Amino acid sequence: MSVLVYTENWDGKFKKASYELVSYATQVAEMLNTSVTAISIGKVNDDELLKLGGFGATKILKADDQHLNGLDNQAYTDIIARAAIEEGAGVIVFSHNNTGKALASRLSVRLKAAVGAGLIKLPVSLSPFIVYKKVFSGKAFAQVELKTEVKILTLMQNSFELVEADSRAEIVSFAGETGVPKTVIKDVQKQTGKILLTDAEVVVSGGRGMKSPDNWGVIEELADALGAATACSRPVSDEGWRSHDEHTGQTGKIIAPNLYIAAGISGAIQHMAGISSTKCIVAINTDSDAPVFEYADYGVVGDALKVLPALTRAVKEAKSK
Amino acid sequence: MKILVCLGNVPDTTTKVKFADGAALDKTGIQWIINPWDELALTRAVELKEDSGNAVDQVTVITVGGKDAEPTLRKALAIGADEAIRIDAEPADAYSVAAQIAEAVRDKGFDLILSGIESSDYNGSMVSGMLAEFLNNPSVSAVSGILIQGSEVELTREIDGGKEQVVVPAPFVAAVQKGIAREPRIAAMRGIMMARKKPLTVIPAVDVNPLTEFVKFELPQPKPPCKMIDAEDIDVLVQWLQNEAKVL
Repeated sequence: MSVLVYTENWDGKFKKASYELVSYATQVAEMLNTSVTAISIGKVNDDELLKLGGFGATKILKADDQHLNGLDNQAYTDIIARAAIEEGAGVIVFSHNNTGKALASRLSVRLKAAVGAGLIKLPVSLSPFIVYKKVFSGKAFAQVELKTEVKILTLMQNSFELVEADSRAEIVSFAGETGVPKTVIKDVQKQTGKILLTDAEVVVSGGRGMKSPDNWGVIEELADALGAATACSRPVSDEGWRSHDEHTGQTGKIIAPNLYIAAGISGAIQHMAGISSTKCIVAINTDSDAPVFEYADYGVVGDALKVLPALTRAVKEAKSK
Repeated sequence: MKILVCLGNVPDTTTKVKFADGAALDKTGIQWIINPWDELALTRAVELKEDSGNAVDQVTVITVGGKDAEPTLRKALAIGADEAIRIDAEPADAYSVAAQIAEAVRDKGFDLILSGIESSDYNGSMVSGMLAEFLNNPSVSAVSGILIQGSEVELTREIDGGKEQVVVPAPFVAAVQKGIAREPRIAAMRGIMMARKKPLTVIPAVDVNPLTEFVKFELPQPKPPCKMIDAEDIDVLVQWLQNEAKVL
């Protein structure tokens, strides 16, 4: 029995979330007294693959057949299912991101394996196998028993620390035999050079209190100073002040940064549901009774248009020391 | 073309959740709504039908739930669905819900099967992909756009830092998210009147065992009060973020 982890790549590269995931799989494997095999699908060079060994994977299955470059949920499930069976995997780990959710769900039915979806820490117990997650968009936590022999776990991003290991990984080519992929990708549009909201450790977010889209310069300047991504509340994206891609909240992006700075955001429950896993929240609002202060760790009562530039100056000063 | 929309019946977002004996949701006093993401899927399905160029004949909604889920289905009919199906079982977990829906809709000729990407109660995001696998249909997740162009359905799929335009052959299952429709639609009085006459069929559940079970719920620990910083003294905030919270 082993632990299998699916490590997604982005244009042939892994990112911090990939290493968090392998670290998590390695800790689960230690609990079970077994080893970790990673499976990578698509084109990734060997140097990049070997980095997974640095977080505990001892074997890396490389399925880099040409026809697997675009995500086809059925074809990818074919491969991962076969890897799980050949490796005798008792636990299969995915990231709880769009790809991970799409594949874990299909694999669950394929293998008749229970899924613990959106986990925020290691299993609570092994026998019975109980996992831990947030429910009701962060308003409660739940312990869930997985009652099948093979288990699938999906891990929330930024909920597990990197744990470096000095295992040497062996790369094994894995045949990419699948059904014919049915997903035809006609066009791709990518933003470049921006920090992705879902990857960002620091996020600066604006709400209606910013008064006008013309005022976003002060948000962007603070974000630049912090190396942060920018976000916004739903009214701001609904008004078209900012792109929908930046909407953070229950029906928008769910994020879990270390620091979230909410400027001119009142703190509607739907907004806070999108950031409930944030480690530290700073709220800036003119209204001292705004609900956002009930969720925030640090608060400033004041006009965001004045407070943000002052904060940018203070951050630059502190960083130059 | 026939569209199926899978709906979850969930507590209103503003509900303060409580748990009976820590093991099950206390349903007293809860207002139930259509899961917000499923409502976006329904809105888009109704928009596609209204555009006569699309040749969408029918929008059907389906849920797994007891009789108490029927107001939610009526609301979906009022928004514009043509018929509703309730599978008479308590939703136990994603696997059993997907299995129930698969049994009910297999070979019923649905071309597009839509649902929201997540449900606001147990936040699993699993039903859509599981349903696709039970039906052996292609699935596309994180869909923020659906356009019908002749016999082809073009989907916009969100990827990290961008979008892809993809086409998969129907029938397929899509999990939709923000962007698919501008705003959820509010049922008008005429819609509510018409909904009473639309068919709501109750079908018996099949025998499926869930694979997971909730054993315990916990509420978060109360958070320490927010520490306030004077707007004139913003250096203090930076010091706290560096030294106390250690996030800078």
